[in-house]
Amino acid sequence: MTAREYVLAEFSCPKQLLHVAKACSDKGYKQFETYSPFPIHGMDDAMNLKPSPLGWIVLCGGTFGLLGGFGLQTWVSTVAYKLVISGKPFFSYPAFVPVTFELMVLFSAFATVFGMFALIKLPRYHHPLFKSKNFRKVTSHGFFLSIDSNDELYDEESATTFLKELNGTAVEVIQDA
Amino acid sequence: MTSIIEKVKRVPLVKNVTSFKTVTDIVSHPMEMKLPSWWLIGLVGSISLVLLLKSMIAYLVWEGVGVWGLNNPVGWGFAIVNFVFWVGIGHAGTLISAILFLFRQKWRTGINRFAEAMTIFAVMCALIFPGIHIGRQWAAYWLFPLPNSMAMWPNFKSPLLWDVFAVGTYFTVSLMFWFVGLVPDLAAVRDRTTSKVKQVVYGIFALGWRGANRHWQHYEKAYLLLAALATPLVLSVHSIVSFDFAVSQLPGWHTTIFPPYFVAGAVFSGFAMVVTLMVIARQVFKLKSLVTLHHLECMNKIILVTGMLVGYAYGMEFFMAWYSGYEYESFAFINRATGPYAWAYWIMVTCNVISPQLFWFEKCRRSIPIMFVVSIFVNIGMWFERFVITVTSLHRDFLPSSWDYYTPTWVDVCTFIGSFGLFFTLFLLFLRFLPMISMNEVKGVMPESDPHYEKEGA
Repeated sequence: MTAREYVLAEFSCPKQLLHVAKACSDKGYKQFETYSPFPIHGMDDAMNLKPSPLGWIVLCGGTFGLLGGFGLQTWVSTVAYKLVISGKPFFSYPAFVPVTFELMVLFSAFATVFGMFALIKLPRYHHPLFKSKNFRKVTSHGFFLSIDSNDELYDEESATTFLKELNGTAVEVIQDA
Repeated sequence: MTSIIEKVKRVPLVKNVTSFKTVTDIVSHPMEMKLPSWWLIGLVGSISLVLLLKSMIAYLVWEGVGVWGLNNPVGWGFAIVNFVFWVGIGHAGTLISAILFLFRQKWRTGINRFAEAMTIFAVMCALIFPGIHIGRQWAAYWLFPLPNSMAMWPNFKSPLLWDVFAVGTYFTVSLMFWFVGLVPDLAAVRDRTTSKVKQVVYGIFALGWRGANRHWQHYEKAYLLLAALATPLVLSVHSIVSFDFAVSQLPGWHTTIFPPYFVAGAVFSGFAMVVTLMVIARQVFKLKSLVTLHHLECMNKIILVTGMLVGYAYGMEFFMAWYSGYEYESFAFINRATGPYAWAYWIMVTCNVISPQLFWFEKCRRSIPIMFVVSIFVNIGMWFERFVITVTSLHRDFLPSSWDYYTPTWVDVCTFIGSFGLFFTLFLLFLRFLPMISMNEVKGVMPESDPHYEKEGA
């Protein structure tokens, strides 16, 4: 088996990158990726990406915080450490609302941040594309598209010519070795 | 044929910026410029104040809270005032990053990073005060529901405990929000710098970000979710801080208007602090093309609105004191405006209600010296608001025999000054070592970022 490789090309502006992404999808490529310094409106559709499932992860985190927070307070106040405060009942559920709410938000936020990093598989410090000097522009003002050798349609020569035809500049093949 | 699409004219969010690279250059400038001498002098000054803060805390822990000016009816003094003051300042950041994001107020992109950093540092200053106020600081962990050998658990019916959770959550969520926003910009610094050390350090925190659209997709979703979570959170935090007062039975504290009134006051003081610091930062770091007068004007409008809300609350408190027919409540408020602390009350009214009225006039909203002075006034006024609420309500107890006058000691004052040292130390480090404007978000609101963008005349 040959080493995994990427064909990387640079494009001039968000508009062109969107157009090229559509062209790649239309040609049948699936394992391609666009890179930009900021999210580009409409790119998810152009690349035929499924919507992010992050909301469901956050729902789980939030539910855990909500039930866990309420459960903790109930257990502490009615079982573990019964305190008589101004003759109020041990199970004073209205008084549990603020902490329950805060813990729901806290665990939702944890789920959001850690869920997001899990979905995008970061941190990862060794991506092959970092070998390209030109690619360093991507976080400032560069717009790039790469086609992955894992794609069924991948063929180094045809991918290279395809991206060149679409006015890609600085087309290069980057090998993962 | 002329084009049938007519574009709605909007105030441009960036000025004299020709390309995305220019944005990176402008934002990176403070991190790459020769270390300015005023920065170093400022840092040394701030660190000295941090040392002052540390010695005051050490002295307090050694001697006990007797070194403060607290007396028998006034059991809450500077520590609580400073806590509420700093937490309040910490409200602008999340308001800008979360609420204005949900409302699609794109001008927020120029100032959100800055305001979020301010939030985090202000909340750090705030957290010191309740921590040292508890008297036996070594028992501070009792505030958290940690299993311990005493089989003891906190009292969840206490608003002070709600506060621990509210402010703790707020700090954690604000920090994560800030960090998530920073990741793409840290990657930009990593890719830009030629220094090996910087590449490694920024590289570690950039987590290997490479701007892939599959990443942006989840990233944007996460940002939206965090904004949606932080919005009720920011409203809840100062509401819960106000419960510390409102849930008690004390005239002057026991009012239902407190939660919205505190939230408005928090936003008011937070925005004032952002204006104070931003006016200076955009000048010395040449950020005027990204933080335009339009941005400052928008913030001044928010200061006017929240200032009016706060003024309304002051008036409504008096109305309710009279309308309730409750003698003690009426006394508390008349005493507030005419009693021994009338000086503090009228400083508060002058600074918070009268001074922002200048912002009705466009000339004043867009004048740098005027907005700077007003924002300072608001900062002072909002500190006095907390002083008035805390101290005036306490110093006249139900029993006239226990009435007393509260005066802070030098330890109180030095601890407060020291907390500014901590704030400015962190802030100066932030200005030098992190991108103080969110590059990826500013680029994202430039007209050139729209895939339908057509060059003028093209």
